Amino acid sequence: MSDTIARMPATAGELSALECRNVTVRFMSERRAVTALEDISLTLAPGDFVTLLGPSGCGKSTLLRVIADIVKPSAGHISVLGHDPAAARRRREIGFVFQDASLLPWRSVIDNVRLPLEIGGRRPALPSAMDTQALVDLVGLSGWEKALPHELSGGMRQRVAIARALLGGPRILLMDEPFGALDEITRDRLNEELLRIWREIGTTIVFVTHSIYEAAFLGQKVLMLAARPGRVRELVTVDLPEPRRLAVRETPAFTALAAYLRAVLETC
Amino acid sequence: MSMPATIPLDVTAIRPMDEIDSAWLAARRRRRWRRRVMPLLGGAALLALWWGLVVGFHVRPFIAPSPVAVAMTLYQKFAVLMTNLLPTAIEAVAGFLVGNIAAIAIATLFVHRKAMEQAFFPIVVLIHSIPVVAMAPILVLLMGNGLAPKIAIAAIICFFPTLVNMARGLEAVSPQAMELMHVLSANRWEVFVKLRLPTSVPFLFSALKIAASGAAIGAIVGEWIGSQVGIGALIIQATYNFDSALLYATVLVGSCFSVLFFLTILLIERIVIRWQPDAAL
Repeated sequence: MSDTIARMPATAGELSALECRNVTVRFMSERRAVTALEDISLTLAPGDFVTLLGPSGCGKSTLLRVIADIVKPSAGHISVLGHDPAAARRRREIGFVFQDASLLPWRSVIDNVRLPLEIGGRRPALPSAMDTQALVDLVGLSGWEKALPHELSGGMRQRVAIARALLGGPRILLMDEPFGALDEITRDRLNEELLRIWREIGTTIVFVTHSIYEAAFLGQKVLMLAARPGRVRELVTVDLPEPRRLAVRETPAFTALAAYLRAVLETC
Repeated sequence: MSMPATIPLDVTAIRPMDEIDSAWLAARRRRRWRRRVMPLLGGAALLALWWGLVVGFHVRPFIAPSPVAVAMTLYQKFAVLMTNLLPTAIEAVAGFLVGNIAAIAIATLFVHRKAMEQAFFPIVVLIHSIPVVAMAPILVLLMGNGLAPKIAIAAIICFFPTLVNMARGLEAVSPQAMELMHVLSANRWEVFVKLRLPTSVPFLFSALKIAASGAAIGAIVGEWIGSQVGIGALIIQATYNFDSALLYATVLVGSCFSVLFFLTILLIERIVIRWQPDAAL
């Protein structure tokens, strides 16, 4: 398997994976301007795993959507590997995993994973593109290639969505509460597996969650956002023994970190 | 009222597992059997009632035939009935195709050009509100006495439900799926082919099932005006000749065709749509 999966090459020079400078997003809602994000600045190095944590309404999802060029910022500047979001999106440098898996129900697992190949037709194959089958194996769905989404559990559907987002080898993977609707046992297992996948392919991941434990367990850094308007509260660096296993959550270091995050969250 | 402290245990109810299983299976078999047989019994009872009324009240044959007379006519005039079914079937199927293809095309246009929808949808609703029976003579005058006006009537009946359902189906894509398409930099054509069209298929089939019986009605109504052949023409002739047995037999053949048409669409739907856990839509 490992020979078909090319590990992401270390980016040349100091080019950051993501750079947000003074990003502000305002919406018009019922004739009233709402500021979803205010003056967000953030720099991520290639290969970073950052979790976004904050109370509901703090604009976590909006930040992901601005990076993915789904929402345009009202002010500020964003650069994904030196490109503006629209160019990065067209170059397939961005992978996105939604809260619900958003699989196409008429397509089998393998056909859902290969959907990105069928869109944007004459695009030249990306050098870091992975084999579809290798991706299905990577997310642990070997043997389920022919299954239809309604035959899968919620956790399996999210695995398909992750494989689809990884097709084409994105340099940055944006995940919007991907495990939020799953039961705790499935969620724990997928958390551990996501770390394994991240170690294997080395892509930059920005992961939105509203779970303190998920944020602390997954992230190399936890970006805490405050609500109304959404702004950066604190960027916490996580220092836990690598590679992380679920048992790390019982260690005093993790408990202290979680307690700290909770304390900060209460002031957000 | 006080409940007994202990529930009396029926010792005879405790049986070996496989015996319970086989009893349960037998009960299920009986239930299934009943589901199939009961409608047949109901139909037979109604036929018997019909026969009893016609014979008991000495209803004259040109008012209403007995079921036996209808069955005899069905057998004796089978060739005539089939000769007349052929043009009706051609008109219904052709009208079905024309009406639905037009509706699918216009629904696609409406989804992509909102201005067109705003300008023309009210007019479509207006035309739809004209009763088919009122429209038929106009079309016969316009298009002559051939197959064309019947096909047109069948097509008009099919058009409206398919247009409405198809437009709804093409819009029924989830916002997240649209965002996914955006992240993948899909163009409008790709969004249409990969997302909108497959999403609309269940909606389309629920419209096609309505259209199948509608097309048969349209063809028959079209044949009422000055037509020499077809199920509709035969209905008119049989009525004027007071041949009630032939009239009933013709109606029966027409409705059998309609049911077969419907079942064909149902079968195609079952083959095409395999991604839904149950046939909910």
